[in-house]
Amino acid sequence: MAAVREVPPDNDVHDEVLAATQRRRAQKVQIAAFFLFVALVPLAVHNRYYLHILIVVGLNLILATGLNLLMGYAGQVSLGHAAFYGIGAYVSGILTATYGCNPWAALLAALAVTSLVAWLVGKPTLRLRGHYLAMATLGVGIIVVVVIRQTTGLTGGAAGLTEIPSMTLFGRELQSNMDMHYFYFVWAWVCLLTVLFANLVESRPGRALRALHDSELAAQTLGVDTAAFKVRALVISAAYASIAGTLYAHSSMRFLSPTPFGFHTSIALLVMVVLGGQGTLWGPALGAVTITAIQEALRPYADYDIVVYGLLLVVMMIVMPGGLSRALGALYGRLRERVARHRAGDVAR
Amino acid sequence: MTLAEQIWQFFLSGLTTGGTYALIALGFSLVYNATGVINFAQGEFVMLGGMITAASMTAWGLPLWSAALIGIAGTTLVGIALDRAAIRPARGASIVVLIIITVGASIFIRGVAGIIWGPDERVVPAFSGEAPIGIFGANITPQSLWVLGATLVTAIAMWLTFEYTVIGKAMRACAINPQAARLCGIELSRMISWSLALAAAIGAIAGIVLAPITMTQYNVGTMLGLKGFCAAMLGGLGNGLGAIAGGLLLGVLEALGAGLISSQYKDAIAFVVLIAVLLVRPSGILGGRRGGEE
Repeated sequence: MAAVREVPPDNDVHDEVLAATQRRRAQKVQIAAFFLFVALVPLAVHNRYYLHILIVVGLNLILATGLNLLMGYAGQVSLGHAAFYGIGAYVSGILTATYGCNPWAALLAALAVTSLVAWLVGKPTLRLRGHYLAMATLGVGIIVVVVIRQTTGLTGGAAGLTEIPSMTLFGRELQSNMDMHYFYFVWAWVCLLTVLFANLVESRPGRALRALHDSELAAQTLGVDTAAFKVRALVISAAYASIAGTLYAHSSMRFLSPTPFGFHTSIALLVMVVLGGQGTLWGPALGAVTITAIQEALRPYADYDIVVYGLLLVVMMIVMPGGLSRALGALYGRLRERVARHRAGDVAR
Repeated sequence: MTLAEQIWQFFLSGLTTGGTYALIALGFSLVYNATGVINFAQGEFVMLGGMITAASMTAWGLPLWSAALIGIAGTTLVGIALDRAAIRPARGASIVVLIIITVGASIFIRGVAGIIWGPDERVVPAFSGEAPIGIFGANITPQSLWVLGATLVTAIAMWLTFEYTVIGKAMRACAINPQAARLCGIELSRMISWSLALAAAIGAIAGIVLAPITMTQYNVGTMLGLKGFCAAMLGGLGNGLGAIAGGLLLGVLEALGAGLISSQYKDAIAFVVLIAVLLVRPSGILGGRRGGEE
């Protein structure tokens, strides 16, 4: 410990505020560019299969963004996030298919149920220090799938829930997954939820979360009720998953089965966040695109797909424990250094 | 059958499954103590033990005992390979990264097993016949006694190892304080290899004694592993005696729950117990008071 530590002059604080403002401005530009890019994609992509994959990417992006809030900002791990996704999907599916509910009312109901479950899990476990939330969510994840499989009367069990009606928008039906309208609908949600996330992490609650991620003790001494903030982060994160679930229920063949909501989806979501880079705005997007692409590329190779997938998980995590965005950044830095050295060598010669 | 007799029957059959859970939980605790890693590939060791044994019996016509030895040896090698190839290169990584690595490894192992042995269920014959043995009105198979015997013998062997051998003591030292153990000249990475090898061997034993009861298949590892993890948490993660107690207790609770409440929700019971433990006593039944709000 240095005995004399320089007190940062006000100037530094000012610089930091300035940097934050600049970062915000850069983010706004990035988000706008992102919107524009997404809006133009269907002009280039006519293949319905690719549109379908892009919708899956969008759903994964919503899920990963929500999980990123919990992992990258609140510093907590969920090993059962697919369960929140599943609860959202099944509440929406059951309410609309069986009870003829309006899809938007079902979306709200799903949000309420998922948030309640998340709150019930998080409230007692987030009081404790350590990774107790991870273990509790692991349990919840498996219980939810078992319940979905066994309450056949309500969920259709392993055979699945069928004939889920289409999503409606201003009285119009958004037909199916293979439809460009549904692509725009899902990606509008992606954009909305990304902007919400970007604003949230820059707001006071967001700063509180980041503070507690860096040092829980320091955050506490500054008067942040860390447990309450972690619970809120979990609930919001589950709410994101619920929205993705609702969107999933009304996409595809408008059919739900328990398989996509199991333990391995929870792990895939974890990988998206870690691989992309926790606590960054665009990391989860990068992760969601990468993992969805890997999964889709491996799909035709039955039997060998999980071998390659498992191997890829291990290798990627060993090589890039800090995530792709950080690894790419480091690579870029090294290249620039090499180029600079090369130039210097030229000059010397 | 009266209710009391039924409960007695459920208790005995629960004790049998509980014996396997106890062994799996022991593996979790061993690796957790040595590395702080929750090894999600532990369940695959169980699968490998059963599958290698079954496969070498059918492929080479080996007698049970030598096939079982091959099963244990093969699984142990996989455990050591897992340490060298996946856990050692990631030393010092965050807990999430390590979770993903062990899950990735388990997916990989399962995938390879699926390619080698196909999706069919395999049978290992019961070690000493099928004639049920009556104990105070309830029937258990001789294989159940094998499971409980294997659990008991393994537990005692582990206790002797940790109490009386140099390697066991060194492993305990590493678990208590890796830094201090290092200063005493204990090579940490060798101890980690040892603990993974031991965990794999114990997992294989569990898989071999369980195989005649439930059959075995390339994909049985995930659920068994997760339930073993619940058992380890129930007993207090990292606590050997707790792992045994947690495993037996979980097995009994599961059997009672499945028998008296609903067999459909059998697979959920272990996780309900896990959550209950987290809410009431996060350090586990034998974990003392410190674990929770440290």
